[in-house]
Amino acid sequence: MSTETETATAVDRAGPTGAVPAPRRGRVGRPTLSEGKRAERRLGWLLCAPAALVMLAVTAYPILYSVWLSLQRFDLKFPDEREFVGLANYVTVLTNDYWWTAFGVTMLITVVTVAVELVLGMGLAVVMHRTIVGRGLVRTSALIPYGIVTVVAAFSWRYAWTPGTGYLATLFGEGAPLTERASALAIIMLAEIWKTTPFMALLLMAGLALVPEDLLKAASMDGATAWQRFTRVMLPVMKPAILVALLFRTLDAFRVFDNIFVLTAGANETSSVSMLAYNNLIRGLNLGIGSTMSVLIFLAVAIIAFVFVKLFGTAAPGSTDEGGRR
Amino acid sequence: MAEPERSGPGRPPRFRLAAALTVLTLLAPLAACGSGDDGGIPTINLYYTTEQNIQKVVDDCNTKAGGRYRIAYRVLPRAADEQRVQLVRRLAAEDSGMDILGLDVTWTQEFASAGWLLEWTGERRAEAERGTLAGPLETARYEGKLYAAPKNTNVQLLWYRADLVPQPPGTWDEMIRMAQELRGRGQPYRVVTMGAQYEGLVVLYNTLVASAGGKIINDDGSRAVFDDGAVRALEVLRNFATAGVTTSSFSNTIEDQARLDFQSGAGAFQLNWPFVYPAMQEADPELAKKVKWARYPGVHPGSPSKVTIGGFNLGISRYSRHPDESFDAAACLRDAEHQKFSAINDGVPPTIESVYAEPEMAEAYPMRDTILEELKDPATRPRSPAYQNISTVLSATLSPPSSIDPERTADRMRKATQDALDSKGVLP
Repeated sequence: MSTETETATAVDRAGPTGAVPAPRRGRVGRPTLSEGKRAERRLGWLLCAPAALVMLAVTAYPILYSVWLSLQRFDLKFPDEREFVGLANYVTVLTNDYWWTAFGVTMLITVVTVAVELVLGMGLAVVMHRTIVGRGLVRTSALIPYGIVTVVAAFSWRYAWTPGTGYLATLFGEGAPLTERASALAIIMLAEIWKTTPFMALLLMAGLALVPEDLLKAASMDGATAWQRFTRVMLPVMKPAILVALLFRTLDAFRVFDNIFVLTAGANETSSVSMLAYNNLIRGLNLGIGSTMSVLIFLAVAIIAFVFVKLFGTAAPGSTDEGGRR
Repeated sequence: MAEPERSGPGRPPRFRLAAALTVLTLLAPLAACGSGDDGGIPTINLYYTTEQNIQKVVDDCNTKAGGRYRIAYRVLPRAADEQRVQLVRRLAAEDSGMDILGLDVTWTQEFASAGWLLEWTGERRAEAERGTLAGPLETARYEGKLYAAPKNTNVQLLWYRADLVPQPPGTWDEMIRMAQELRGRGQPYRVVTMGAQYEGLVVLYNTLVASAGGKIINDDGSRAVFDDGAVRALEVLRNFATAGVTTSSFSNTIEDQARLDFQSGAGAFQLNWPFVYPAMQEADPELAKKVKWARYPGVHPGSPSKVTIGGFNLGISRYSRHPDESFDAAACLRDAEHQKFSAINDGVPPTIESVYAEPEMAEAYPMRDTILEELKDPATRPRSPAYQNISTVLSATLSPPSSIDPERTADRMRKATQDALDSKGVLP
């Protein structure tokens, strides 16, 4: 926070001369602020204090509380046996087959769905961007799957794939596709992709709008084919938007829960890590083990975000272009 | 919510109004939770699963209460898992809106251990125990205390085609042999029962263990045992699954599927709850005439089976604001008269022995003597607060039954069960 403000003040001070002094880090050599600036900054803090407090109450407290729970043997069924066990729960979970199976399933779902959604979403975005006739209609209808509540959509998929009630089940011969692991996972991924491709397309369309028409015209003047214009001009310009879309979807996909909950309830080793945490917390009443899983999921999500922001240089949402490092 | 937030701080009066509205919106649900008593008569909230005619029982008890309390029947979801999840979530949050809880027999110990149930003591306890069958009563106890009153019970019976099998088999080995002979003669031969990966498979295994004289956990519920009887039960289950006498979908069959399989005429034997009989009489009266019932087959020749009991108990929530009235209301809902009514109208077997002798029971329950015989010498599922977890790991390990390797499967189940008892188990 403070460095950002400093940069801002530095730019301010540079004024019309255009000579920008290197922004200084840390508290040493901080330029003295005028009375007005200080009042302004105090007002800034006061204005964001309520939001910060709410964030602390609804985010920081639960996270810290679950970390604290994860360090205890705490089973609601045995309230008298509550005790501090250090990292024992982490050992239990990380040496457990169910956990790693669920982790594998989650990773598989994340990678496959995000990859497919990116390709389909890009196609849809281009269509929505280029449509001339009935643009509103095209955009609205493309967004319908995203507008349907996931659980409702998941129930439709479930009935569609259940022999006897569904029209899709008989398509692939006899048998119930949702009761076998491979086909069940495929259906879960299909439901996820069907549902969130429009969201991906929406994010990518925002990126497409950034591509200057002149640039594309210039490229075609130079003899670039449509494919070359797409890969050489559009994609590089869109890269920040693509990375943000990927980050959002990866974080979302890693926490997949509702589709699995409705479609298979985790039978035949189709549980995701979120399903596993739910089963241990809510059904098993084991707050210790369940919180350990929640903390591990939190860490995994944090690592994904870190990789995207630091390694791929995704601009954190809300930050300026500087974070983007195009 | 969106409306109040949109008005900015630039218009102070409207902003204040918006803030007040927001606060009211947030508090309104809390206020709604607080109310619920009308006209000074305490409302007793009964949370119970779907039972078609229970409202009549409730109305009758309300009339008898003479204004002392009024029971309101709140319907829990149909699936057992969802019922339990709703109850435990609200109890963990100390919800005072629930008074009488309809508990599956396997949850009573868990809820009691968690400190969510009030103990039945003194005259109330004596009334709940009077005339009640020992097996169902045992499911309502935890550490020697009574935490619920048994409302109804249930046991599975052996249903067989009397036109194909003159004498019902006494043991599993005998039943498998009979089925193989029938198959050799080209007649309907299959043994239909529940083998999917769910509670029903655990019920089957538990019955086999008890019939073989084995134990799953020790008596005080602290240690996983899985003794010789438990291993013998695994052998029987594996032999059954691999003898070629089951349906092809055995490892995916639950109660209603088993009923339909047998009704279709493919089976010579069916092991299932009593509800299959009235259903069969309605769907295929000709077939029903050929079907008879007998005690569930045992494991060792000469020693009769011990069959796992199901059913529901009524417990009083510790967070109830009207515990006295709740105890009285629960006692009324499960008294002999109402148990008889529910047995005849909803098909749920009573827990009070004398009810079976009532004349009206003969028509609704032609198989009542066999049921009573099994109920007097029953098996209960492991009575441990960790039962849900134990059941989950057992059904996962037992499925599919054809790939059981008795000694090794027993070792795996022993370890997983011990982990569950020590709160170290991870549920799949």
